[in-house]
Amino acid sequence: MPDLLLELFSEEIPARMQRKAGEDLKKLVTDALVERGLLYEGAKAFVTPRRLALHVAGLPVRGRDVREERKGPRVGAPEAAIQGFLKAAGLNSLDQASIVSDPKKGDSYVAVIEKPGQETIQAIAEIVPAVIRSFPWPKSMRWGKASAAGGSLRWVRPLHSILCTFGAETEDTEIVPFEVDRLVSGNVTHGHRFHAPGPITVKRLEDYVASLEKAKVVLDADRRKEIILTDARNLAFAQGLDLVEDEGLLEEVAGLVEWPVVLMGQFEERFLDIPGEAIRATIRANQKCFVLRDPATGALANRFILVSNLMASDGGAAITAGNGRVVRARLSDAAYFWQTDRGALPDLETFRDSAEKLGLDLAKPLDQRMAKLDKLGVVFHARLGTQGERVQRIAALARELAPLVGADPEKAERAAKLAKADLPTEMVGEFPELQGLMGRKYAELQGEDASVAAAVEEHYKPLGPSDRVPSDPVSVAVALADKLDTLVGFWLIEEKPTGSKDPYALRRAALGVIRLVIENQVSLLLRKHLFQHVGRMPLIMEMTSTLEGATGRVLGNAGERPVIAADLLSFFHDRLKVMLRDQGARHDLVDAVLGEGASANDDLLLITRRVAALGRFLDTEDGRNLLAGYKRAANILKAEERKDGEGAFAGAPDLHLIADAGLIEEKALAVALAQATPKAEAAVAAEDYEGAMAALAEIRPAVDAFFDKVTVNDPDPALRANRLKLLNQLRQATRAVADFDRIAG
Amino acid sequence: MSALVSHPPASPSPAMDPTRSFQGLLLTLQRFWAERGCVVLQPYDMEVGAGTFHPATTLRALGPKPWKAAYVQPSRRPKDGRYGENPNRLQHYYQFQVILKPSPPDLQQLYLDSLRAIGVDLGLHDVRFVEDDWESPTLGAWGLGWECWCDGMEVSQFTYFQQVAGVECAPVAGELTYGLERLAMYVQGVENVYDLNFNGLDGEDRISYGDVFLQAEQEYSRHNFEYANTEMLFRHFADAEAECKALLAAGEPAADANQPRHALALPAYDQCIKASHIFNLLDARGVISVTERQSYILRVRELAKACGAAWLKTAGGGAA
Repeated sequence: MPDLLLELFSEEIPARMQRKAGEDLKKLVTDALVERGLLYEGAKAFVTPRRLALHVAGLPVRGRDVREERKGPRVGAPEAAIQGFLKAAGLNSLDQASIVSDPKKGDSYVAVIEKPGQETIQAIAEIVPAVIRSFPWPKSMRWGKASAAGGSLRWVRPLHSILCTFGAETEDTEIVPFEVDRLVSGNVTHGHRFHAPGPITVKRLEDYVASLEKAKVVLDADRRKEIILTDARNLAFAQGLDLVEDEGLLEEVAGLVEWPVVLMGQFEERFLDIPGEAIRATIRANQKCFVLRDPATGALANRFILVSNLMASDGGAAITAGNGRVVRARLSDAAYFWQTDRGALPDLETFRDSAEKLGLDLAKPLDQRMAKLDKLGVVFHARLGTQGERVQRIAALARELAPLVGADPEKAERAAKLAKADLPTEMVGEFPELQGLMGRKYAELQGEDASVAAAVEEHYKPLGPSDRVPSDPVSVAVALADKLDTLVGFWLIEEKPTGSKDPYALRRAALGVIRLVIENQVSLLLRKHLFQHVGRMPLIMEMTSTLEGATGRVLGNAGERPVIAADLLSFFHDRLKVMLRDQGARHDLVDAVLGEGASANDDLLLITRRVAALGRFLDTEDGRNLLAGYKRAANILKAEERKDGEGAFAGAPDLHLIADAGLIEEKALAVALAQATPKAEAAVAAEDYEGAMAALAEIRPAVDAFFDKVTVNDPDPALRANRLKLLNQLRQATRAVADFDRIAG
Repeated sequence: MSALVSHPPASPSPAMDPTRSFQGLLLTLQRFWAERGCVVLQPYDMEVGAGTFHPATTLRALGPKPWKAAYVQPSRRPKDGRYGENPNRLQHYYQFQVILKPSPPDLQQLYLDSLRAIGVDLGLHDVRFVEDDWESPTLGAWGLGWECWCDGMEVSQFTYFQQVAGVECAPVAGELTYGLERLAMYVQGVENVYDLNFNGLDGEDRISYGDVFLQAEQEYSRHNFEYANTEMLFRHFADAEAECKALLAAGEPAADANQPRHALALPAYDQCIKASHIFNLLDARGVISVTERQSYILRVRELAKACGAAWLKTAGGGAA
């Protein structure tokens, strides 16, 4: 079975696009082959900085012949119908059609069209140019003379040659003939840009890979990664150091070289005064080098690992020296930022009004930066005001939440006011990923309380489902305030997440709030705080013009606040369900425990506790049977209420009637309900869900016995009504704990 | 009739070795690109942030006419001033700019040859093309290309222009921008820019980069960050903007065919350059907030776009 080998040789493809491009090439070509009925045994894509290659193994030489029958008109149909049929089937005369007989419809014409299968090489010659022309690069470009006219070929960078061969293992391969924008397919490639730039003639995958390897090109990206990682670890080990591994960087670096040569460089120890995160950030982002750690202390070492693309004639001495020089220059910059950020800003006087407004101490560097951020009027969101305004809101909310999470309100407010102060620092300007972390360092240096400094960093957390949740109460207060401010703001201006679109990461913010509350066991009546926080938002007037003239409405006015708070709460409930589902817990129980009362649906901690207790109860024999009993009771009630009307069985059953005429099981149930219901209600009121479940469990034997022996729909209307009232009481008793109707199964 | 005496070509002085002197590097690059058909221009006589602003690039990249040029451009980035204290950052530095329209198929190779010409041994140094999509929001321009790395140092910018002044490039031009100080530091093996040998001589004849520029860096850093009169600069920005618009309007082709083409595209563009530099100074002074920043960039871009459109109505822009 013949194989296809394709290589698109171009100028350097951005590293971050390479893997996806390989996958796209494979999918587009193989999908098109399959669509033409050309099945294959296996396919693999390869990518280096300069080439995108694809091997498809085990293709047929040609596609299968296709036999198609096309039904025509009946024999003796009008001439027009006959002619139409001949034309559509591509026949010259009726002699070429055959006649089939059908007992009901009589004789009619049938055309049998036989299409010989297409030569696979021909199919490839059609498929590949089409794939090249419509290749889904995230960004593509035009180049050269051809770009003077419209419609010229676009590629990620100029495309230089196309290699495309097809043939069986035992034979010579053929060049698949096609042309794309004056590029003619061939069987020639080139090796490493500096080590082996000459032409290489290629037959098939085996010799392609081997020749490239000889020409200093490792075709497989994963192999390049492996080489880099192994060599880097070994070099580190030889120096008694640990490589700080970094999968993203490794992937990128493997996309920057065809022939990885790993080397170790060095910088002056004095640079180790710079925070390690900043050293790593600059060396990683700007130099694409790995940093190393001293395993004894865990601190960074003054060495780094670089990956070059050249087996240099001096063994890499010049390359190492050159990289060292650049790293030193970068670290000088970082040292400059580190020093500048700790010093006073010029033009301090111009920030005085901002400092007063925010209660900042202009003698301290970080306070100055916050004052500057406010003064510059840096916008958080066009409709939600500036960062300065946002910080004021967060500070007020953090102060309000502080007592509820056990934090000192003064500290929470102070931390909130410094939380965004590192945004205008030089270091964060250069390395945005260090926001928070640098703020903490600068806060510590200016003598802030340890909790305040920690909160400056931790208020961004948790950033995702696997990120750590802060536990220091000050951090919790500010982290909650930060996220709630974001959520309330975007809810106010109606920029809620829809489908896959969540540009402001509001789902993540809501999940963050949920995790902060649950993992720190914070009881918080959210509705009240959401409601109040809407009032802190900027006044936004929305104008609507109608025939009668323009009318204005203030977003989040008194009338809208409860609606916004309620809608946001239900968003929290949805996120809670998603979180429980992701944890493999019973997310259907969330709806079952959401009640009507104030605390019943806005205290997320309470909700999760109820869900947990209910889940455990339903896992027991008692729980399962009570649920079954409940469902049976509810079904009967629903059916009978349909006849007698809603609420027909409200009210207490006549205990005398039960005593006089009822069965023993009926009496037992009445007694059990009378005993358990107040217990369950009291337990719920005391937030003792285990107790409430235990109370419900007590009813279960009586319920089972009742359904076993008692016929609800007794011919005696009084008995029937009384029994239905009893079931209604059972329904009421369970509702005090959870809405069993909403439990699945 | 006196015989014309032809002098033998002067043997290259060792001082002009590109690895020994800053000016030798510069002259080598000029010669290299002159030999490949470029017109070698002199720097544009205005303050610009990069060689791209020179009309020989911005405007000549537009329109169908082929164009090959190379030149040194002193570039000013007020924000990058470090009072002469940083060994790598300067608020004034030199760029060597090459523009080739349409981009030749062997542009990467030509670039590597030019590195060889200035003394970079490609068997010894790790030269790499690392993704860097270029975008100039103020020029309404973007292109795809790379940072060219030599042993981890970015020494050049390599761009295939796709759009300039809001106009699609047809054909596409290739642009090479060499950071001359960085390259010189590299080939001279110097760690501090101020230690570069400028004239290639030794002893008391030696002139260093610091001799030429250190004082200027200190003074301009003060100016850029502390003393530049912001009120005046705001006024000048408004003036340049207004003048640019006025010139663009005055130069518009007239219907009566006395003026079939745009008559003032180049002078108008000068005002756009001016506005851009004033904006950079204001930005360095920190008096432009983030929101305002965006609107200033947008205002300069509008000027650049209008100048590009005007250029296309001139002979240089290919107008009939």
